[in-house]
Amino acid sequence: MEIRPILASLRKHRIPALLIMLEIALACAVLCNAVFMIGQRVTDIHLPNAIDEDGISVVTVNGADPKLAGSDIPRNLAALRGIAGVTAVAAVTSMPLDQNPALSPFTATPDAKSTVNTSVYFIGSGGEQALGLHLLEGRYFNADEYADSGLQDFHSTGHVALVTQSDAHRLWPGQSALGKTLYTNATGWTVVGVVADMLAQDPKFNRAEGRYSSVFFPLHPDAMMGDYVVRSAQRDRERVVRDAAQVLDKLQPGAVVEGKTYAGMRDEYFATTNSMVWMLVLVCVVMLAVTAFGIVGLTSFWVGQRRRQIGIRRAVGATRGHIMQYFQTENFLLSTAGVVMGMAMAFGINLYLMRHYEMMRMPWYYLPGSAVALWVVGQLAVFGPARRAAAVPPVVATRSA
Amino acid sequence: MFGYYLDLALRSLRRNKVLTTLMILALALGIGASITTLTVLTLLSGDPLPQKSSQLFYPQVDPYPKDRPFSRSGEKVPWLLSYVDAMNLIHAHKAERQAAVALSQVKLTPQVQGEKSFYADGVLTTADFFPMFDTPFQYGAGWTAADDESRAQVAVIAGFVNDKLFGGANSVGRMIRIEDHDFRIIGVLGRWAPQPRFYALHLGGRNYGKGEAVFLPLQGARAADVMPSMMMSYGPSSDMQHLETSQSIWLGLWVQLPGAADVSAYKLFLGNYAQQQVALGRFQQSRVALSDLMSWLRDQQVVPDDVRLQAGLAFGFLLICVVNTVGLLLAKCLRRSREIGVRRALGASRGAIFAQFLVEAGVIGLAGGVLGLLFVLLGLWGIRHQPAPYASLALLDVQMFVFTFVVALVASLIAGLLPAWRACVVAPAPQLKAA
Repeated sequence: MEIRPILASLRKHRIPALLIMLEIALACAVLCNAVFMIGQRVTDIHLPNAIDEDGISVVTVNGADPKLAGSDIPRNLAALRGIAGVTAVAAVTSMPLDQNPALSPFTATPDAKSTVNTSVYFIGSGGEQALGLHLLEGRYFNADEYADSGLQDFHSTGHVALVTQSDAHRLWPGQSALGKTLYTNATGWTVVGVVADMLAQDPKFNRAEGRYSSVFFPLHPDAMMGDYVVRSAQRDRERVVRDAAQVLDKLQPGAVVEGKTYAGMRDEYFATTNSMVWMLVLVCVVMLAVTAFGIVGLTSFWVGQRRRQIGIRRAVGATRGHIMQYFQTENFLLSTAGVVMGMAMAFGINLYLMRHYEMMRMPWYYLPGSAVALWVVGQLAVFGPARRAAAVPPVVATRSA
Repeated sequence: MFGYYLDLALRSLRRNKVLTTLMILALALGIGASITTLTVLTLLSGDPLPQKSSQLFYPQVDPYPKDRPFSRSGEKVPWLLSYVDAMNLIHAHKAERQAAVALSQVKLTPQVQGEKSFYADGVLTTADFFPMFDTPFQYGAGWTAADDESRAQVAVIAGFVNDKLFGGANSVGRMIRIEDHDFRIIGVLGRWAPQPRFYALHLGGRNYGKGEAVFLPLQGARAADVMPSMMMSYGPSSDMQHLETSQSIWLGLWVQLPGAADVSAYKLFLGNYAQQQVALGRFQQSRVALSDLMSWLRDQQVVPDDVRLQAGLAFGFLLICVVNTVGLLLAKCLRRSREIGVRRALGASRGAIFAQFLVEAGVIGLAGGVLGLLFVLLGLWGIRHQPAPYASLALLDVQMFVFTFVVALVASLIAGLLPAWRACVVAPAPQLKAA
């Protein structure tokens, strides 16, 4: 396909050509950034979490008499174990994604500084089975450690801790974390095991570096344990959570009891993220549609204006395919110019967003990605008008305009 | 003349229905998206107490050790105060009014047999909270500074709690059970829910949404072991049982300073206070901050990032829609070169042609505005059904209603400028010759 005549003709229609280019450039710039934002949020929504998310339900008991916790909690756990289909239960102080963060900085040496906020989880006896943690190294807590460990001012009075894989790498790079001492100020705990990464209580607050920074301490029955983790098969969980909430409601009449499946908790945590994703998708789709219709409108106008020239070309031997190709190539050239401008704009917008919002650098492949998308949109949009142009009969050339 | 142009515009728009629909629809979508997000943005960045906000200030001091600063960069002054500092500042009485604030989730137990307990948002504060923030009272009034000091177990409850627990009757003097302690109701608030909830920032609650259910005197509530939702410790002695003496920050302080002289005097006082604490060895740094309400909200970026991003995106989209409309209008007007040639030959001036095409663009703008308004209502309806805490606030006000049409008209007139200019520079002679 000869490009020169197309360029010559575009030079005669400079303003409409510039408008199409500008529209494509703007669409490309917005699309790149919007798709990048969608991608980031979808990644967040699907962040892996090494617990049995499908089988866990959580029943929260708030406002029970703290003085009775020592006897209430074992009684409640025994009652929960009696529910059909329940495979493990435990009491814990908080759950990943429960938006109730208990954070503390931990370090590998005493009195060092840390900029990472680590989520602190105190788990009761059997907590590892109830949560479905994945042990990678070492061991879980033993019965003595559970029995001896208390909680004072947010710190464990015990001597042992479990850390996540991420924290093990961060605190002791290149070494095994087992047997090392984990510090907050001058207080230390021995790391007895490393578990796969479990999410923080509020990963949005903790940001990327603290997302998987979690420490587990054993805890004997204590008033701070408000969450009962109930594990069952996935198909039983709806019934199990209902029954569990009823059982605890009856056992703790003065307290406020609420049961949720863990899947429900996760959905709730990411609900705003999810709705932002859908809103971004909607904007992208509508924007591409508007751009496409703009191209259809302008190209149709061009076709109408050039009916006579098309007729002449057809009369002197151009096939329908040639005419189609002419408009398609023209659109391709305009899109290319627009997309190049758009990629530069997209990059600029990304830099602006990085400075003023919590945005990361856009990986390079988003640029060619949206370029391809706009080429496709352009070609789809031009197809109809180009076909109408190809249908212009050669006889038009002989009529006066 | 205008009537004639209007007639011409309508004729021209009717001639090419598909193109007209396309232009109006694109413009309406752009307007819909941008006004919807702008409505949310203005609601969220609004002034919570317009009549009072310029007099309200938020003092901050820094009790953190130098080598373990509050923020990573070491630049931020801690958001909250320790109990000791809050009480020292309140008891100094250097401002017209002053109130310390903490939030708490409190258990309310109805006194009716068989009714379940429930959790509600509570505020722990001091006496000046009510007069300083101009809270409206349905019944009774707030407590006094003497009640604060005597750790009185009294409560002010919100209207909706009064409706729920007492059927809306005057409940002043009756008892309410909060966190398994009895509090005597001394006041019932009317509707009071400033947005954003400026007093709740960094205290562990939502920044938007409905108001609190109960208000308790700070000392009285602490005597009943009510715990604040948020506390951050800055030193090793962070005893949770004795929050009042622990090295932890958990209170926000608001002061009312009516004039510029009061503000500079308070700044001086605050600076001196911090230096005095350094001399006493309680602080290592004498950094302080005093922000007025609106700059406090701005500096803490209370408007969620997502909302600002959405607004930016929507205006980008509006720009695309305007460019699109420019292109389509231009195509339409170039197609009518001959008609313009005839009109010019018959004596129409360039200005007349320009005006004619601008009127046509304006008609598209108005139509786009009307349709856009429908999209705005639809968009706001969608936002009201989102899970965000500010969802229920998303309503169109008169200002935005008018603004929708202003934006639509301005956008369409801008879009019409280039085509109208191209139309009015058409040379009549060649157009007539070709015909």
